[in-house]
Formats: sequence, C-alpha cells, structure tokens
Amino acid sequence: MAQIPIITEASTTPSPKVITLRIARYNPQHDSNKKFMEFNIPYERWTTVLEAILEVKKYFDHSVAVRYSCRQATCGSCGMIINGKPRLACFTKISELNSNVVTVEPMNNFPVIRDLAVKFERLFNTHHKVKPYLIHDDSEITTDSKEFLQSPKELEKYIQFSNCIKCGLCNSACPTMATDSLFVGPQALAQAYRYVADSRDKGKDTRLKIIDESHGIWRCHFAGSCSQVCPKGVDPAMGIQLLRGYMLGFRS
Amino acid sequence: MTNQDEHKEGIGGMINPRRYGIERVAYLLMRLSGLGLLAYFIGHIYETSSILKGQIGWNEFLELTQTNEGHIILAIVIAMCVFHTVNGIRVMLGQGGVGVGKPARPDYPYIPASQNVRHKMGIYSAIILAAIAMMYGLAVMFGE
Repeated sequence: MAQIPIITEASTTPSPKVITLRIARYNPQHDSNKKFMEFNIPYERWTTVLEAILEVKKYFDHSVAVRYSCRQATCGSCGMIINGKPRLACFTKISELNSNVVTVEPMNNFPVIRDLAVKFERLFNTHHKVKPYLIHDDSEITTDSKEFLQSPKELEKYIQFSNCIKCGLCNSACPTMATDSLFVGPQALAQAYRYVADSRDKGKDTRLKIIDESHGIWRCHFAGSCSQVCPKGVDPAMGIQLLRGYMLGFRS
Repeated sequence: MTNQDEHKEGIGGMINPRRYGIERVAYLLMRLSGLGLLAYFIGHIYETSSILKGQIGWNEFLELTQTNEGHIILAIVIAMCVFHTVNGIRVMLGQGGVGVGKPARPDYPYIPASQNVRHKMGIYSAIILAAIAMMYGLAVMFGE
C-alpha cells in the first residue's frame, strides 16, 4: 500500500480537512487480486469523490483508471462503489459520506477493465434488447400532422423513466444481477416500461414477449435496491412492478 | 467467464442485508424462510411416513417433537410461516403493481415512491406478527 503525504499549500491559508482515499487497483490481465492504494487528500465541503480521484491522478498516480466525462450527473460514466454502495463519483460529496476514509471500488456485476473502469457492453446489450425506441407504423415525418400529439397526463406516465442516464448503478445494486449474469436487469426493464407506457408506442406486445423469459422480468423479486441507488430518481423497481402488472393483466 | 472475471458479487452480495434498508432485509428473510419451510416440508413428509411402521413407530417419532429442541424448531417454523405468508402477500401485491406509487416527475432528493411507507409497514408488520406467533407457539408448547 502506498502512503503518500498530503499536498500542503501556502501557510497563510487555513489547512483544509483531509480524508484517506482508498482506491481499488486491479488489472485483470496480470493481477490475481484487487489491491488498495491509500492517499491523503485535502477536501472542502463541496469536494466530490471524483474530484478527489482526479487529484490523485494529477499529483500522485496518473495510472489510476477511471471513466468520467460531464462531472454533473448527466453522462452516467463515473459510477462506482463508494464506501460500499453504488454511487456516481461526481454526484457524491465527500462531506456527506461522514467518514474519514473513503473507499472507491469498481461497480459490482460489471467486468473490470482496470481499476475503477468497467465494461458496459452487457448493459448496452440488454438495453438494446428491449427496443428502446418508439415502435409505430407511421413516422412523425409521414403523418399529416407532423407530430404525435400527447397530453401532459400521458407524458407523466413515462417521463420519470426517460431520465435514465445508463450509469449502471441499479444493475450493480441488484441482488439478482449478483448471481445471474443472464438477467436482463433493472435498467433495461425500466426502459421497457418507459416505452410500453408511452402512448405513441405500439410495440408493447413485442417488448413484453422479449422480457417474458426465464432470465427476464420474473427474476426480479422486488428488493428495491435499484431504486435506492438511482441518482436520477428513475425508480426502476416501480417501473418493473408496473410492467409486471401489464403482464399479469392488472393493467391494460 | 468466471465470477471474478465478471466481477459479480455472488451469493455473499445477494444475501448481504446491510446496505439497502429494510427492503433488503425482507428480501433476505423471505429467502431464508422459504428455504426453511422447504426443509420443514421435506422433514414433515419423512415424519408422517413413519406411520408406515405402525403405531409404535409413529409414537416414537412423534416424541422427538415433544423435546425442547423439537419445540424450538417448531416455534421457528411458525415464525417462518407467518413471515413468509404476510410478506408474500405484500410482495405479490407489489409485483402486480399495487401500492408501488404512480409515475411522476422526480424531484431531488429522489426518494423512490416504490419504497413507500405502506410497503415498509407491511415488512415491519410481517416481522412483528412472526415474532408474536413464535412467542405464542413457545408459550403453548412450553406451557403444557
């Protein structure tokens, strides 16, 4: 384990608080086990975990692998396990963790590329599998009205689920994903609901058929962990249960 | 791909109840009580099959359930049965889309509507009812 001293600034400025940032290091190509490196990082009330990791990359160890982009919880790139729970690093302030030690690890249930970066192929494949687009005989271009009209009430039925940023935190928290690699997962199921509930879409039967399989919707046991970790308030657990309501005939 | 390659949490992660609130505790208890009731069901079939050995064989086997250990096991079975039933009704209703809230534009801090008070009350009720039933069973069995 590397113990690296903190960076000290000019003596005139008050010394900021310091946390120990533990970063999981693992390269599947030549490491047999995950190791942790520790860094002492100064932080302010507004410092995010991502900023602390970037501080490490800037001053201590540039080789730490982390995926990030927007830094404002929009791109869904920086999902990781922070102090045991899946969170977005850019959306998690160190001060709200209430701990002097912050441990960051790659998301569970995703193959690791290196350190904190994971592969998203499976998530994108399952997302694609549920046909995440409007299925309609006409198109907005060919119809006379040039648009599909929709009332605010109809919009309310699915707008929450269209907030998904595909960060994968829900799949990382899901207890079924922990043991079943073939499970479609809460992200894709919530997106299936998003389009099934859309009044402009005509692909309900197609989608319900896709998820009605042994590793499909029936493997969800309503533990609700996906909804608890969602950084955008999508509530995949609700979408999945409402979707199952369609399949069981409780909804039409 | 091995578990390590896929970086799956595995059964250890699946049964860890500490990170995601009472819903994940209920998830674990539901699985444990289900497995426990399955084990009891198999044991019960074996127990009742002892009647084929005649009345003496039946009485000998039945005496096993009259011991302190037998009483404690039966009390646990009662608790598992009550919890699995009450929580099972909650989960079945939820899985049909009943009581999971209505979709709406989410506002920060994004408290999930599906994890609402009704479901939490259902979980606590299942636990409390299971505890009461177990204590009642213990009182009846040890009060003979």
